[in-house]
This record gives sequence, structure tokens and C-alpha cells, in this order.
Amino acid sequence: MADAREGESGCDTAGVVAAIRAVAATVAEHKAELSHLDREIGDGDHGENLAKGFNAVLAKLDQQQPETPGAVLKLVATTLISTVGGASGPLFGTAFLRAATSVGAATELDAAAVSGALAAALGGVVARGKAEVGDKTMVDALTPAGAAAAAAVGSGSVADVLSAAADAAAEGAASTVPLRARKGRASYLGERSIGHLDPGAASTSYLLRSLAESAAS
Amino acid sequence: MTVGLVIVSHSRSLARGVAELAAQMAPDIRLVPAGGTEDDQIGTSFDLVTAALEQADDGDGVVVLYDLGSALLTTETALEFADPEQAERIIVVDAPLVEGAVAASVAAQGGADLNAVGEAARMAGQSWTAARSGGRVAASQVPVIQESDIRAQAKVADSAGIHARPASILARELTVWPDTTIWIGRPGADLADARNVLALIGEGLRQGETVEIAGHGPDAEIAVAKVRRLINAGMD
Repeated sequence: MADAREGESGCDTAGVVAAIRAVAATVAEHKAELSHLDREIGDGDHGENLAKGFNAVLAKLDQQQPETPGAVLKLVATTLISTVGGASGPLFGTAFLRAATSVGAATELDAAAVSGALAAALGGVVARGKAEVGDKTMVDALTPAGAAAAAAVGSGSVADVLSAAADAAAEGAASTVPLRARKGRASYLGERSIGHLDPGAASTSYLLRSLAESAAS
Repeated sequence: MTVGLVIVSHSRSLARGVAELAAQMAPDIRLVPAGGTEDDQIGTSFDLVTAALEQADDGDGVVVLYDLGSALLTTETALEFADPEQAERIIVVDAPLVEGAVAASVAAQGGADLNAVGEAARMAGQSWTAARSGGRVAASQVPVIQESDIRAQAKVADSAGIHARPASILARELTVWPDTTIWIGRPGADLADARNVLALIGEGLRQGETVEIAGHGPDAEIAVAKVRRLINAGMD
């Protein structure tokens, strides 16, 4: 997946597929933990749901060979939406769909394209879920990630952009602990949602970390 | 022209039940339930909603009604993935599910266009509540009956009174005179717009009661006579 030109390292279709497979492995690894977080303030199925979705993505990737990075992202989007229950399916699916639309028909993604895709994904999640920073949702991880990615574009590679995004997402996810949930099922808990890490912010952070590690390898 | 209707619910039974109820009053429209997940659990399914939208759309558009939170998320996501040309003629309405479905389907059955069907659903909660609380309707809905309007009285023949089915039959009959308005109610009290099924049901007119019919517009005379005949003869 390395592109030797100008020392830049872009990401081609095979690289994106490898990154998605890495995400699936990460989700499987953290399945129990994510569901545990969700049991504290939700309905306890976030890990299982996401794992089911990414298993279905792996099965699709075994059968189909999408030709562009955008096509891979679109396959992920449609599969997650059809297989992940609750609000997570539409939210993660919309994020991947908007990312797919953002990268268009490009055969290789550079740092700017990856940052643009993250911004588009964030835009989609916000449009769909109508959450803002501070509502204790995945937006709390994705918003700083998008900003960090944009800031890293000028000086870095795809791996640098994703690494900056993952660091910011981890910090953003951690910031949800003291928050009171204002969106989704956790908001029904009111004060009792305080003191817990938001499962959607946590999974978003894991997802970006695994994309970053895949891009670096 | 017929607008279709999709009922999105977390429960398959609930979506089906609402569709069944509305179909009784609007037998000829495409009324498609999309309830539960594919494995029949509680939840909403992107694939079921997408399929329902396609099934309900005959080119004249679709009004979608939904029950709770993520049903809207799933519907909006389905619209984002849909063919943009098709998505343009789909509207999602925030309305009470049962009342909205009944009002929208009767409007669609009567040949109303997409926006009018959506508006019927949107107003459904309001007109139902108004009717139930003694006819305190919005100013725009209060009939101003003039001296020149055609008036008649009839005696309710239907054993269950003017309930859902007779009310929807009246509303449908009136669609052939789109420029004429007909009001029905107790003499001396607030009358309900006969095209507004929920308001008319809310009047609670019982068998044997004498009702007042008023008509305004170019075909008022023939429309009032028709309504009078239907009420006297019974529709059920």
C-alpha cells in the first residue's frame, strides 16, 4: 500500500480492506468490554451488535472485491446498516457512507482524502443523530478526531493523520466519563449516566486506533 | 394519483395492526408495514424499511409514519441510501401513529397529493385532541356558516353511530366535490369538517340522533343531499 512518489504514503484499495479487517478484529477483541460499558448506561448489546456487523463485513469482503477505497467503505456502510441493530447501525453506516461519498472514485487515498473522509463521516453522524459535543455520544470522540486529522494533513502521511485522529478520539472518549447523557437511551438515566464511559465514543476511539495502526504497518 | 403509506414501528405486530386499521378506511391505497427486525425481534430494520418504501411508491410519493426514536434514524438512513429521485417524493411525518395513519390514508384514498397527505397526518393529533376536548379547534378549522350556505338535517341510522368506517365513507364520497366544504355535527353546536375523519369521529354522533349538515361551495346542494341520504340510510 506504500506509494513511493514524493515520499508520501497513500492508501490503496488493498490497504483499505486490510484496515477494515483490522477494525473487525479490534471490535471482536473488545466486544465484551463494549457491551459491559453499554450495560452500565444502555441496553448492553453494543459490543455484540458491532461484532455481528463487522463479522458480516468480513464475510462480504471474502465474497466481493470492491475496486476502489470508496467501494470498500460503501460495502462496510450498507452491511453495518443492515446488520447492526438499534441506533448504532444507522449511525456507523451513515459515517462510512459519507466517507465513501467523500473519497469518490479515487484509487488511492492521501492524507487530505482521509481527513476529508473523517470530516464527512462526522457530518453524517451529526446530521443523523443530532448530537453535539458534550452530549456523551460518539460525537465526543469523532469531533476532536476530525479536527486533529485536519491539523495533521499538511505535515503528515495517512498514518500520521489517522494516528492524530485516534489520539484525539481516545481523549474525547475519556472526556465522556463525567458527562451526563443528553442523547440516546443513556439520556433516560439522567444523573445516573455520570461516571461512565460512553460505549459509542469508546468504540469510535477503538475503530480509529485500529485504522491508524493498520495504516502505519 | 395515489400516495402510498409506510408504517415504521419497532414491533412487527404494531406496524401490521396500524396498517390493517387504516386499510379498513382506505382499501385502495398502498399501505405497507415495516415493523420489527428481520428475525422478528423488537427493533427497526434498514432493509425492511427500504423494501417497504419501494413497495409503497407508485410514482406519486410516500408518506412515512414512525413510532419511536431509532425508527426515525433508520428511516432517514434508508432515505439517504435511496435513489435521490425517489427520496424526493418521500416525506417523513412526526405524527401520532394511529391517528396519523388513519388521517393520511383517508386523504390518500381520496386522491390527495403528497403534501396534502402529509399535512393530514401532521394535523391528525391536533384535530383528534380538539374533537375529544369538546370541539375547541384551531381558528382556521372553525366553520363560518353563512346564511347562503345549504343546510339540512338527518337522523343517524348506523347502529354504532358515525364511527370510523362511516366517517371515512363520508370523507371519501366528498372527494368528488373538492371545492365544496361540508360540516356535520349536533344542531346548535360546533360542527366538524366532514373531510376530517378524526374530527368527525370525535363528534361522537350516535344512532337516532338528529344531525345538522351544512355545505358551502359550488356543489353544496348536491353534496349536502348526498350526505343526508347516506346518514339517513346508514353506511355500515
